[in-house]
Amino acid sequence: MSTLPLDPLLLAIGTPLGLAVLIALGLPKRIVTKLAYLGFGVPALCALWAWWNFAAAAKEAHGYAYLARYSTGLDGFGVSLELGLNGISLPLFVLAGVVGLAAGLYALQSTAERMKTYLLLLLVMQAGLMGMFASVDVFFFYFFHELALIPTFIMVGVWGGRDRTYAAMTMTIYLTVGAMLSLLGLIAIYVKSGATSFDLLTLRDTLAARPLHPLTQQSIFGLLLFGFGVLVSLWPLHSWAPLGYGAAPSSAAMLHAGVLKKFGLYGLIQIALPLLPLGALHWSHRLAILAGIGNVLVIGFVTIAQRDLKQMVGYSSVMHMGYAFLGLAAGVTFGLGGVVMLMVAHGLSVALLFLLSTSVYHRTHTFNMEQMGGLATAAPTLAILFIAATFASIGLPGFANFWGEVPIFVALWHFSPTFAAVAVSGTIISAVYGLRATAKVFFGPRSEGFTEVEVAHPPADLTWGEKVPALILLGVLVFIGVCPKSISTGINAALTPAPATLTAGR
Amino acid sequence: MDFSFLRDAAANNDWGALWPELGLGCLALLLLVLEAVLPARAHRHIPAVSIAGQLLLLVALHFDWARQTAPRETFNGLIGLSEHAGLFRIFFILSSVLASVLAQVALSRQKLPRTEFHHIILVVSAAALLLVESRNFVMLFVALETMTIGLYILVSYFRENPRTLEAGLKYLIMGALSSALLLFGIVLLYGAAGNPGLDGHTAHPMQFAGLNDFLSANPDNFLCAAGIVLVLSGIAFKIGGFPFQIWIPDVYEGAPTPVTALLAVTSKAAGFIVLIELVRVFEPFQWLVEPVLTAMAVATVLFGNLAALKQHNVKRLIGLSGVSHAGFLLLGVVSLYQVPQAAGAIYFYLFAYLIASYAVFGVMTVMAGPDDTRQELADYGGLAKESPFLGGVLACGLGSLAGIPPLAGFMGKLFVFVAAFRAGHYRLLLAAIAGVVISIYYYFGWIRMAYFSDETAAAPGGPTRAAAAAGTTIKVTLAILAAVSVILGFYQPLLGRLVSGL
Repeated sequence: MSTLPLDPLLLAIGTPLGLAVLIALGLPKRIVTKLAYLGFGVPALCALWAWWNFAAAAKEAHGYAYLARYSTGLDGFGVSLELGLNGISLPLFVLAGVVGLAAGLYALQSTAERMKTYLLLLLVMQAGLMGMFASVDVFFFYFFHELALIPTFIMVGVWGGRDRTYAAMTMTIYLTVGAMLSLLGLIAIYVKSGATSFDLLTLRDTLAARPLHPLTQQSIFGLLLFGFGVLVSLWPLHSWAPLGYGAAPSSAAMLHAGVLKKFGLYGLIQIALPLLPLGALHWSHRLAILAGIGNVLVIGFVTIAQRDLKQMVGYSSVMHMGYAFLGLAAGVTFGLGGVVMLMVAHGLSVALLFLLSTSVYHRTHTFNMEQMGGLATAAPTLAILFIAATFASIGLPGFANFWGEVPIFVALWHFSPTFAAVAVSGTIISAVYGLRATAKVFFGPRSEGFTEVEVAHPPADLTWGEKVPALILLGVLVFIGVCPKSISTGINAALTPAPATLTAGR
Repeated sequence: MDFSFLRDAAANNDWGALWPELGLGCLALLLLVLEAVLPARAHRHIPAVSIAGQLLLLVALHFDWARQTAPRETFNGLIGLSEHAGLFRIFFILSSVLASVLAQVALSRQKLPRTEFHHIILVVSAAALLLVESRNFVMLFVALETMTIGLYILVSYFRENPRTLEAGLKYLIMGALSSALLLFGIVLLYGAAGNPGLDGHTAHPMQFAGLNDFLSANPDNFLCAAGIVLVLSGIAFKIGGFPFQIWIPDVYEGAPTPVTALLAVTSKAAGFIVLIELVRVFEPFQWLVEPVLTAMAVATVLFGNLAALKQHNVKRLIGLSGVSHAGFLLLGVVSLYQVPQAAGAIYFYLFAYLIASYAVFGVMTVMAGPDDTRQELADYGGLAKESPFLGGVLACGLGSLAGIPPLAGFMGKLFVFVAAFRAGHYRLLLAAIAGVVISIYYYFGWIRMAYFSDETAAAPGGPTRAAAAAGTTIKVTLAILAAVSVILGFYQPLLGRLVSGL
């Protein structure tokens, strides 16, 4: 139980949101840039507090801690703001806090136009991200996701780079389709279960006592799979992702690719799998084929062919989502634990890569890797950090990603050795494009284009404003990589009861 | 001579129950009296009297609606006050007070008499109230005509503009056609229900209750079936249901913007509340009404959204988007058979729609140049840069209309969708979701113009001039509308009970 006078989960959502409202009401810019540190710092501190106390906190139904309920006037409809964390949502809540802090710090040192509005949108997004993982009520889970999603569109459209209008429009339409389908799926669960509440705990109890007919489970799971699938860029519904990330301003890309995109996977693990186990069983092979062939192999090769650094990072994130889907398809506790771990690890590493790519751009004035080369001599710290991020993304031991990928590979082996082989070959693919990009950007001969740029704007190494957020992200990556137990204990505790039903049906 | 019948009538005529309608009527007359009495230089204060009077009524109603009373009938069954009567009254008076505020802005650019405009808005609202309270076809028709005739005048009020006159003529002809259809349907029902040769014939065939009894006794009478379809067609004109939406783009474009708002909100909502009542009356003919309305819902959602895609005049765009909203609301109406609580979802949707619509119409009124009919999407270029306030209100309004959380419109759509899912209309829901996705394209097209576009529009109604010209009253109104749109998206202590048990 919380010993603080204020509910830290509510505080984590309320601080950025309240600041956003203050900015909208016309706070002067000088104060805004000071207060914004608070808006990004408080959620991160709350998340750390929740993580530190989680083992000792009193657990209520289904392993949830810090449960609290606030009425919003819709109790008759079965909706209320209910906050709490279990072993699955806790690491993601921490992820949202850490990446949010890094993205906020990076935004504060940037020289974006109309800084106040930019910070306002980022703060709204941050509030949505914290709320998304802290919500136990399915309605608010969806609500907070949308709250975080809308600012992304605006940020891509206003502050984006090349093709920003087209990218914003594509993203909006793709993601609306995904969100509407998943909303329909969530409504379907609520109505079909016969429960009188959107509360996830009630839904779990109701459906455990009276499971839905297998056919109903299959159709609802299908809706959720494709709805969430669009949001997580499941092949072939992924094409918004590289386009959008290519155009998005760095902080928005960090938050979206790093945290927001995990909404779909989180929804599948936390809601769809435990509530619709037979539906998951029905779809698992199809999902494995889509994710294995499409996301890992096809997108893997597409990533190798990229010339644009930011697009490459965007494609690589689509590819890594393939592992997560494969882990879901394998459907055993071990693999699911790997998926949660990978979600955290990938969130941190992709945010770090987006951050560093933008820092590279500020030095080379282009994202085209053919026009770079030899940046390491001018910016050694940037080079070291970039290499570390690439290693993390490939999944080398010592980084958190390793502990995500290995359990997935092992689980896949039991599911189907073919898919295990596909997944492992994906690691080689990601090593190819990751290392090639590093080589092109930082080492090797200077291209003519870069030599000209270098003369005009001599590149400097990372400033502290850029270093601090990067080091925060890298530090957490290494910490989890060295000490995976810090989050895996909670994940295991939360997962153990759920997939028992899944394997029983097999 | 025995005057007891007069006493009976007087005992049954509960004039006190109609105080908000009477209040609106008296206020309307007061405006005319003031114009005659006051010196010419004081005339400019008359609209303020109208707005203040309506606000007073709203405050009084606020205390009234909280106590939900049991449904009751008065005036010998002409008028029926449902348990939500207080809510509807607040709805329509809210709509008329907002229209009056917009009218102040729009009329300030015209050299036209003002008092009449405000007077007619009040009459139209009073008629709308009586319309949704009528439980008798004669009463329904009289109230409907009173409302529509007022709107005929308002639509062509800017009489020097040929497009406005064209809109007025079109609305007159189409309105007359719809009245004729409705009347013909009423006559057929009256004739059948009053026929002594049929089982269950009734002495009060115009009365909803009597008609319902007769329909239950004759659930396959062909004459009644034809009458029902004709009545539904007449109502479909008001709500803009396919294929009776054909007048909407032209009339919305030509009408003064505050009147467009009245058409889009008051007229449409009145149509829906009447439709909900009629669906209950026609319950024995579910075999007919349900498929007709289902087909209409699908066609309306798809037509409205597809037709809005290519519009560049914002008034036409908002009109066609209003058609698609009629489609979403029809989804709720169709669900009424299986899920009676869907009515609450429709009422919530209407409230969210009212607030979002007036936010958008408010920005449109401020942005309009001297020619009220020419409001192009391109005029909105760079709005957010020139006036972050107007841009923000526009984004809130459009986002709510598009049904994006955390705005009120999303909750409305969610409730209607849940009702439709409960009722088992899965195919209809898929069509509706397709509609939502299409609608995102044009709503965001508008927002994109206001936010993402770099070049500032040079049109006469461009953002720079508009931002400078906006008065305090309209600014405060818009700020309240935007704030309510946002707050109603996640905190619904008052309206939340409408959807209890859905």
